[in-house]
Amino acid sequence: MVKWTDAERAAITSLWGKIDVGEIGPQALARLLIVYPWTQRHFASFGNLSTNAAILGNPKVAQHGKTVMGGLENAVKNMDDIKNTYTKLSVMHSEKLHVDPDNFRVLAEVISVCVAAKFGPSVFTADVQEAWQKFLAVVVSALGKQYH
Amino acid sequence: MTTLTAKDKDTVKAFWAKVSGKAEDIGKQSLARMLVVYPQTKTYFAHWKDQSPDGAPARKHGITVMTGVANAVSKIDNLRAGLLELSELHAFTLRVDPANFKILAHNMLVVIAIMFPEEFTPEVHVAMDKFLASLALALAEKYR
Repeated sequence: MVKWTDAERAAITSLWGKIDVGEIGPQALARLLIVYPWTQRHFASFGNLSTNAAILGNPKVAQHGKTVMGGLENAVKNMDDIKNTYTKLSVMHSEKLHVDPDNFRVLAEVISVCVAAKFGPSVFTADVQEAWQKFLAVVVSALGKQYH
Repeated sequence: MTTLTAKDKDTVKAFWAKVSGKAEDIGKQSLARMLVVYPQTKTYFAHWKDQSPDGAPARKHGITVMTGVANAVSKIDNLRAGLLELSELHAFTLRVDPANFKILAHNMLVVIAIMFPEEFTPEVHVAMDKFLASLALALAEKYR
């Protein structure tokens, strides 16, 4: 089981409290699709992804970004048992969505970049980054756990 | 995987021109964050008297590394040739596991995003990510 220090717990919940899922989610997903264009393979039904402008303006991308980011809420609420909290989601990503788990790691990095840009150095300090990335690493691991 | 297009190179050079004045800060902060967020990277610096992320050795090293990145920007048309000596240094003397180049690159992008949130657009992000990946490949060239 993952061990969180009090400082890490506080950093993660505090940062999460500041994050606007409707803002960061769409940004992060759009950046994922732009910076790592092969990830677009999962979004063939989303319509026009042919240019950066199209991706950034695509309402389905924005909505899905919000959905994905919102999924982190459950992890924040269940920080001591993220693995079990995410069992069904993991199965779904493996069996139904067929997403390479490396994509979770990549999206986590992009989320961190977006959060950094939004909150700047006084909020997103090195210690906060450490806690946040540790949290995301646990989420990423949990999402990949049910793959076989 | 990483061939830099003409557009990538232009984007990197233009962005670098904007941020190069802060290169030392970027270097110091990237290295500090790497040491805090990825503590396994500290294993390479056990020889420092002062191990703290914002101590003198760390800050000096951050500057050294970023000077290397600046140099790579100037050699962007042929990174492999331009970074040959540095690659030999990393391969035979420093023997840094190349996985760590990616880790440091991520922290550079985080710091750049913090310092230049407006300028670090998705277009710049992809070009810089590709550039740092190419840089890492060039650095790993002589390893085996």
